[in-house]
Amino acid sequence: MRVAAYRYLLGAQVRSQSQYRASFLADVIGSLMFGVIDVAGVVVVFRVTPTLGGFGFAEVFLMTALAGCAFALGDLAIGNVERLRQYIRSGLLDALLVRPLSSLAQLAVMDVATRRVGRVAFGVVMVVVATAYAQVALTPARLALLMATPIAGAMIFGAIFVATATVAFWWVESGEIANGLTYGGLTFAQYPITIYGALFRRLFAYAIGFAFVAYYPTLTLLERADPLGAPPLLGYASPVVATAAVIAAGLTWRAGVRHYRSTGS
Amino acid sequence: MSVIETRGLRKQFTLRVKAGWLRRHTRIVAAVDGIDLTVERGEMVGYIGPNGAGKSTTLKMLTGVLYPSAGHVRVCGLEPVGQRTRLARRIGVVFGQRSQLWWDLPLRDSFMLLQHVYAVPAADHAARLARCRQLLDLDPLLDVPVRQLSLGQRMRGELTAALLHGPEVLFLDEPTIGLDVVSKQAVRAFLATLGGTGDTTVVLTTHDLADIERLCRRLVVIDQGRVVHDGSLDDLHARYGSRRRLVVDLDEPLKAELVLPGVTVESSEADGRRITYALDGTTTAGDLVSRLAEVAALRDISVLEPAIEDVVARLYTRLLPPDPGARGA
Repeated sequence: MRVAAYRYLLGAQVRSQSQYRASFLADVIGSLMFGVIDVAGVVVVFRVTPTLGGFGFAEVFLMTALAGCAFALGDLAIGNVERLRQYIRSGLLDALLVRPLSSLAQLAVMDVATRRVGRVAFGVVMVVVATAYAQVALTPARLALLMATPIAGAMIFGAIFVATATVAFWWVESGEIANGLTYGGLTFAQYPITIYGALFRRLFAYAIGFAFVAYYPTLTLLERADPLGAPPLLGYASPVVATAAVIAAGLTWRAGVRHYRSTGS
Repeated sequence: MSVIETRGLRKQFTLRVKAGWLRRHTRIVAAVDGIDLTVERGEMVGYIGPNGAGKSTTLKMLTGVLYPSAGHVRVCGLEPVGQRTRLARRIGVVFGQRSQLWWDLPLRDSFMLLQHVYAVPAADHAARLARCRQLLDLDPLLDVPVRQLSLGQRMRGELTAALLHGPEVLFLDEPTIGLDVVSKQAVRAFLATLGGTGDTTVVLTTHDLADIERLCRRLVVIDQGRVVHDGSLDDLHARYGSRRRLVVDLDEPLKAELVLPGVTVESSEADGRRITYALDGTTTAGDLVSRLAEVAALRDISVLEPAIEDVVARLYTRLLPPDPGARGA
């Protein structure tokens, strides 16, 4: 890995975007709105019901905050890979492939959306607030878990972003599949998995791993037993699941580039 | 060792053609259909062909962007796809219709970034940049954001960007497309200087045949994914029977047709006072002029060299049967 090269590319991207101050500000505010709406959604739900899937407001709030923060981080790092379709069409991917660097890493740093920093900041604030509100007893182990969870969650969302974007290598017209899994995944991860049907839960929570974004870590942080009977320390497994997801996404990307047939113009 | 070597290089795409509700016929189309090409160090090769002939596809296989479906390919002794990043350090690529530069940043920044992307030692970078600044007159452009450059200015930047890491081979995909006459000349003059040093091998695709006439001693013409000509421009004219033409203006129309071996009347205008003859070389232009002077009063004469456009147009439209020796060789 040529770290210096990527650092310069990242700096160039930040400088490029700072050229458009007004649009940058509008984007920051817009991306903040998403975070606010997610939290407001939880508040609205708990005005109707005192518990949701066996969990109270404080617990679900913490899940929402952790999932939102993880998503914001993952989105900041690699979310723009969903524009792969345009890069294939415009031939930009060809231009990246003739450089002596990894194509995926170049895409990540060349198109990092700095405007999404606002949403990350909001996510971090929400995690702090939710942790305090839920009165998490912060032992050193739990503090480490609390800090690792958004990063592991970001890796899971990042892996989903990459894996779904890779579909464009086979099928340039791929449309809403990616959004269904990324934004849909965010909504899924914000709520306790106990509220979902068995089939849906097996697929999203376990097979894709969204339960490890916020649900299991929250149980561990709050010392709650899983109503579905999972072992109590499963929350600590999130980084392992996240690493596996990242490796799987990397392999998918490699297969995609291999299959890439280019626009032929 | 040759810089570029391909044998039986082939790339096929699978097209799915709609054939009714949910049914698709699969058709395999060979964009590149068995190309053998050997390019030696320092050569400057023009790679031309009609749209869809497979030029860009070939270039993409040589630069490691596309996987060949079959055949052997080596560039600088490397296998382009498998050793893509190693090869990337040794080749430069200019795609006429897509940019290697950072759109929103001053041109200077793009060069700085590429120095870091390719990890070029500072001294080498400075020397190469200084040379390009001088030859391409870049100084007034360095602080301008790339998005504000004209196409011609941007192309000067692209050429510099492709050369800063000192590539052994430069691939140019339509470098003069869309440029005005002055910019085209600037690009050609620069490439001629580059080719003159003999260090850098250049392969360029173009639709502007003036690029070829000015720059390339060797011309490779492909059509439907196959090489139909590989040789000098003169070879091409000789093989396809290009004819020089002699245009004469006379005071009076000729009283009788002049019959000479290898001379045909191509057109007769102004009531026979302007005649265009086509010459296949059997009779020289000098002989024809002196014979004409014996029978008529000559006012003006001009000799037209065969135009490469005509030859290539005939090649493209396949008015001439392709030489079987060149096909599938």
